Amino acid sequence: MLDSAAGSRRLGRPTRAGLVTLAGLVLLALLPPAMLALDQPFYISLGTRVVIYAIAAVSLDLILGYGGLVSFGHGAFVGAGAYVVGILFVHAQDGSPVLSWPVAIAGSEAALVAWPAAVVVSALLALAIGAICLRTRGVAFIMITLAFAQMLFFLFVSLPRYGGEDGISLWWRNTLPGVDLGDDVWFYYLCLALLVGFTLLCRRLVGSRFGRVLRAAKENERRLRALGVAPYPYQLTAFVIAGAGAGLAGALLANQTGFVSPSPLHWTSSGEIMVMVILGGLGTLVGPILGAAALLVLEETLSTYTSHWGLVLGPILILVVLTAKRGLYGWLAGRDRGDG
Amino acid sequence: MPTLLVLEQILNGLQLGFTLFLMAAGLTLVFGIMGLINLAHGSLYMIGAFVAASVTGATGSFLLGLLAAVPAAALVGVAIEMIALRRLYDRDHLDQVLATFGLILFLNELASILWGARPLFMDVPSWLAGTVEILPGVPYPAYRLAMILVGALVAVLLYLLIAHTRLGMLIRAGATNRAMVGALGINVARLYTLVFALGAGLAALAGVMAGPILSVQVGMGEQILILTFVVVVIGGLGSIKGALVGALLVGLVDTLGRVFLPVLLRIVLPPANADSVGASLASMAIYILMAVVLAWRPNGLFGRAHA
Repeated sequence: MLDSAAGSRRLGRPTRAGLVTLAGLVLLALLPPAMLALDQPFYISLGTRVVIYAIAAVSLDLILGYGGLVSFGHGAFVGAGAYVVGILFVHAQDGSPVLSWPVAIAGSEAALVAWPAAVVVSALLALAIGAICLRTRGVAFIMITLAFAQMLFFLFVSLPRYGGEDGISLWWRNTLPGVDLGDDVWFYYLCLALLVGFTLLCRRLVGSRFGRVLRAAKENERRLRALGVAPYPYQLTAFVIAGAGAGLAGALLANQTGFVSPSPLHWTSSGEIMVMVILGGLGTLVGPILGAAALLVLEETLSTYTSHWGLVLGPILILVVLTAKRGLYGWLAGRDRGDG
Repeated sequence: MPTLLVLEQILNGLQLGFTLFLMAAGLTLVFGIMGLINLAHGSLYMIGAFVAASVTGATGSFLLGLLAAVPAAALVGVAIEMIALRRLYDRDHLDQVLATFGLILFLNELASILWGARPLFMDVPSWLAGTVEILPGVPYPAYRLAMILVGALVAVLLYLLIAHTRLGMLIRAGATNRAMVGALGINVARLYTLVFALGAGLAALAGVMAGPILSVQVGMGEQILILTFVVVVIGGLGSIKGALVGALLVGLVDTLGRVFLPVLLRIVLPPANADSVGASLASMAIYILMAVVLAWRPNGLFGRAHA
């Protein structure tokens, strides 16, 4: 598993893993024209949600699958990213400053301001939370990441200025010069491009020395220390990058739903992102994308039959955990899965 | 009369603390012995509260509700242990978290089908409805006082059970070295099921007692579950003593923070700001406490290093 990153990706004979990736990419790229032709524009917004959650799931897999760090609070960073977009929007509307001290920050509707801000704020948040959480291991790490996400949830619920429990309505999407983000097809392709970009970045990361240290820390932390490498800075860096990716997903999600509320911060949302990673394939980069698609489509389908979809989804989840170890990607890509 | 207010709030804090202890004791026992992290622990609390609310509603007797709820939740606990959780003891924590997360989705949905989405309300039993003068001129609701006493009693009973009985000896031995207990001819599977049922019963007891002061509804289990996590992380995983200390600490900090932080902040901030900042800060107080404890002792106050 340690050297498969490069191995299966050489040019020449197409691997099954490569074909799965290619097929997925073609499907995602063809979704809007196909759905417009079928007159089912609803599925474009479902597709957009899949792509956005896929970014969050890929970012989580960086620490969960490659780092072996079971973070149950990833929703915190998605929520933080969404709130950055929402708060900047609120202040842009009423002309008041977000902060007047120690630095003056004005509200903004521009995607080029709000989205990078969401990424940076989520990354800083991940730095603070990760610095504390990474002092613990195992179960304590699971619980403390969960608790921090829950803390942010209650923080935002208690802020009436930003809608409290009801959240913030974005009356329109952020603006981007030259691109009409209000158009669902444009927005879909932008999200898809960001997903592809982020996944490629993660692929570079996990194939690098940084990625090897991260995986080595997961396999055997003591041995790594004996080799003279302290895992903490690597794990913290990975945690921050994952937080930044989730923040980007949050910013996109706010734009997609036109709404920012504490619900992505809620621990069940963190759980869902985790389920996407496991369902798709832990420790792969294509897996979480498949998992996001599978879970959201499954939820959508089940909820058309019954409002009690948890009754079916819960046992499915337990069965997947108990029986299928390698996820959808492992099943599709067969034995020679790469890190695609 | 600020001192009286302080006293009353300290009692409220203890009451929350002992409720959390009943939850944390089961969670930490199950973790200490089986190495299982059970997210669905809150669901057992919810089941306890729902069964008690419907039985009390049907019969008019709180005691009957209590007597029905605790065994019912213990039975559900035994069922889920034997069907699903048993297979998870040797898996890694990630698998346990996911499977028990699936279990929560299932149990919550089942509860909303059986009892509906609207909250149920339970009355305080009539024989505990009044107030008690804890000090001359200081009334305190009898029901809340009873909750504190029951919590303290359970803590003592648990101590006696674990320190002075054969079962307790096996529990302690199991927490230290599972394989050895099995090798010595103890039926480990039965011990596990028993411990799980004990934890489930304690969670249900917490749920029943919380029923009259909260509304009984789907999702109540997760609210207290997160607080319970904070408790066991502060106290140290696997330690009953840690669960007790952590629970009381969290109960007091949370309750006192909500009441007094806004008041304290009014000294330095204008009232409107003090109230909103105080409320936000108070809702974060226990998490800050947890961060401080972990920065000082990564394994919690009474925890040992776990892999």
